[in-house]
Amino acid sequence: MDGLVLRKLGRRFGAVDAVLDFDLHIKPGEFVSLLGPSGCGKTTTLRMIAGFIDPTSGSIELDGKILSAPSGSVPPEKRGMSMIFQSYAIWPNMTVSQNVAFGLNLRKLPSDEVKKRVGAVLETVRMSHLADRYPAELSGGQQQRVALARAVVIRPAVLLLDEPLSNLDANLREEMRFEIKRMHDEFKITSVYVTHDQGEAMVTSDRIAVMNNGHLEQIDTPYALYSRPKTRFVASFIGRTNFLSGNCGNHMIDFAGFSVPVAMIGEEVTGGGPITVSIRPQAMKLSATEAPRDKAINLQGSVQQSAFLGETWDYVFQSKDSGLQFRVAAPPADVFQVGAPAWLQIDPAQIVPIAD
Amino acid sequence: MTSVSHPAATTWSQDQPVKARVPWHQRLQPANLLWVFLAGILVVLIVAPMWTLVVSSFTDAKTGGWTLQNYVEAYGKERHITALTNTLKMGAVVVVLKLAFGVPLAWACTRTDMPGRNFVRYSVFGAFIMPPYLAGVGWILLAGPNTGWINRVWHSLSGSTEPLVNIFSFGGMVLVTAIGGFFLVFVLVSSAFEMINSEMEDAANILGAGPFKTAMKVTFPLVMPAIIGAALLSFLGAIALYGVPALISIPARYPVVVIQLTEFFSFPLRIQVAAAYSIPLLLITAAMLGLQKLILRRKGYVSVSGKGGERRIVKLGRWRWVLFAYCFCVVALSVLMPLFVLLLAAFSDSWTTGFSFSNLTLSNFHYVLFEHSSSQKALIGSIGLGIVAATVAITLALFIAYIVQRRLIPFSGLLAFLAVSPYVVPGIVLAIGFYAAYALPPIALYGTYTIMALAFITRFLPIAFTTSSAGVRSIHPEMEEAVRILGGGRVTALRHVVGPLLKRTLAGGWLLIFVPAAQELSTAIFLVGPTTRVVSVVLLDLSEEGELEKLAALGSLLLIIIVAVVAIGMRYLGRDFMLRRS
Repeated sequence: MDGLVLRKLGRRFGAVDAVLDFDLHIKPGEFVSLLGPSGCGKTTTLRMIAGFIDPTSGSIELDGKILSAPSGSVPPEKRGMSMIFQSYAIWPNMTVSQNVAFGLNLRKLPSDEVKKRVGAVLETVRMSHLADRYPAELSGGQQQRVALARAVVIRPAVLLLDEPLSNLDANLREEMRFEIKRMHDEFKITSVYVTHDQGEAMVTSDRIAVMNNGHLEQIDTPYALYSRPKTRFVASFIGRTNFLSGNCGNHMIDFAGFSVPVAMIGEEVTGGGPITVSIRPQAMKLSATEAPRDKAINLQGSVQQSAFLGETWDYVFQSKDSGLQFRVAAPPADVFQVGAPAWLQIDPAQIVPIAD
Repeated sequence: MTSVSHPAATTWSQDQPVKARVPWHQRLQPANLLWVFLAGILVVLIVAPMWTLVVSSFTDAKTGGWTLQNYVEAYGKERHITALTNTLKMGAVVVVLKLAFGVPLAWACTRTDMPGRNFVRYSVFGAFIMPPYLAGVGWILLAGPNTGWINRVWHSLSGSTEPLVNIFSFGGMVLVTAIGGFFLVFVLVSSAFEMINSEMEDAANILGAGPFKTAMKVTFPLVMPAIIGAALLSFLGAIALYGVPALISIPARYPVVVIQLTEFFSFPLRIQVAAAYSIPLLLITAAMLGLQKLILRRKGYVSVSGKGGERRIVKLGRWRWVLFAYCFCVVALSVLMPLFVLLLAAFSDSWTTGFSFSNLTLSNFHYVLFEHSSSQKALIGSIGLGIVAATVAITLALFIAYIVQRRLIPFSGLLAFLAVSPYVVPGIVLAIGFYAAYALPPIALYGTYTIMALAFITRFLPIAFTTSSAGVRSIHPEMEEAVRILGGGRVTALRHVVGPLLKRTLAGGWLLIFVPAAQELSTAIFLVGPTTRVVSVVLLDLSEEGELEKLAALGSLLLIIIVAVVAIGMRYLGRDFMLRRS
């Protein structure tokens, strides 16, 4: 199978499974993020791909060739990959261009070829004018660009990124997200990106693998992950959401105070019985008057809390009948006072059943 | 799932993928062979000599069988037991004196506004560069009972014929031993004082403690572990020192262990008895260091190793001159006076006639450089051995520290243990071990530079290891992982990244080894051959021949060379590199 394949990958430290039964297939040229809270095993997984940690079960293959298995692994230096580290790991004893040229020199490329490639990649990351500086003379963002250049210049089979932006301040982080995306679009390197920041993952990735407690929760495109979370963990980790418990009958799902026809829900629901759904704050709308009740679910109630976040209002709405509370996102123009009566409309197509 | 050997794996992976195994030639890392090689070197340097030492202490010299006779012979005579108790007594008194010298000076230089702090610092540093036996010679010139300058001044002033001071006494030996070693107390206690954040003292002040109470309840307890550690090391240094007893112990009629050991090594040669006699020295050292570890491990003392914050200087007022006077006395006793008379003697025709211009000469230098049979060669030999020992020890220690810090192999802690273990072996005992293991046929290294170089490397490996280890710890592992993921092996990472980043640390460590190695006496004493003498040994020969002016000239030459090397080192490393080591 082409690309990077993790099969039933597992790593145990003492009695703890840091990673367990992890299956992932990354297609050539694809950009996949491993997203999860700290301690979820994402860095362990990345370091297994790099070859710094050997798995205790399962295997890692690249283009059909086994790289890692519990019996032994190809050392990192023979994998033809490259990596961007959390600490950048720019060597302070070498200039910018020496840092970038290092991997090329290890490959024994002729010196004019090295020079050409280093020049070109520094041009791409807009660092040409600083080629002879030492890392201590660079800002954090510039060091990050050197790390990026050093990693892509060797045209690696796989590019690994270990929380590369976590040491930057907010503005630079935003800028570098797009820089990384741009580099990927330009070179089409198969990339694995580890982060705990969903924003970073969504900007850069073709697909995001959400990890929790050492196993894979869900892997999907950023849009699918947000709009169709499959588990409670994914729904709450990516963005904010409202969880609702209900009971699924033959044709209707009953929640406290209202019911929705099974057919109207965006996803197929199998089997009856208790059910949990996730409704994003953006899947609902607040209005001062009762809207025509054709498709949407309409609930009467009042605004309990409000917070203005700049791009949106964050309201807490309480239903009059059931006392259920919902977090609702509203555009800045929709102003409601706390305590004001309001109507809540829910788009049934955006109600997503999830596994607990 | 034949390839999955991990027992835990079976609990969760019922259906494994196809047999996943990476061919061995792809897994091979050349670095792995290096680790085997290093372990081999450590066996040669440490395990074999120490093992031979212990084994030979139980071996019958004639039959080669097992025996306890060596111990009977070693401890059967009252004289031998006296030497042992004398040594312990002397060690205890030396510790008190070293602390009395080192602790106030350390406090004065780090925490007060005493004038001349840098002068004191540099002078103490001078005490480190001056080998103890040269300070000893200086004090023989100063306080020899009949011809010592102090006594001659006293005689002419008082008309008395009795000496005022006599260096050939218990007190003399203790004084000279202490001035040669209080440098270590100063360094250890200074760095502890520098680690104390004034905020800790402020916290006591704000809660109502006055300056005195703060000092007793906060400051002093915080440096206590450093003082205890320094005291233990001082004791060990004192009981294992060879140079000073060699000059003073016999005329002072105060037998000590190291002198007794040389007796076993003179005709008839009784290595096995010497081995048996040196075992208590080894055990005392090991016990002391174990005790130190136990004390330092107790909780609460750990905070001293935190980062040093802002330190407030204690304003002493008029007392600062009193303190300076004390510091000046210590420095004068330990460095200025012996160094002055040594240099003066080196340029004198005859040191007994006192100072006059007609007495000045350069002939002593000419003699030791061009006329004396072995001193020129000894100078080259000492410097060469210093260079070789420092270079090899640092290189070896770097590799070991790297393996240990990065946990590259299982049981790498064992390598670390071996690398620091020579610390518990006094130099003279190490020499006996090397003699027993390698001097005699079939290896027959006796009297070669090789056996001395090996012994010196072993002796200074612990310093090299602690320096390298701290250095490697300061380098983020990702620095090397970046090399590896780009296609370089561990050796490439060491050469291109770790090595260059540690250049300064390693150079500092190199100097810390070079200086004592070029002066080393106790490890050399049993290993030198007729054609491979080192300066320290030639100096002792000259002292036995009574050629003190020539001795002073040769000693001065050694000092000049060492000072030159250290000066170059300071130029590149900053002047503090030796005073600030941990």
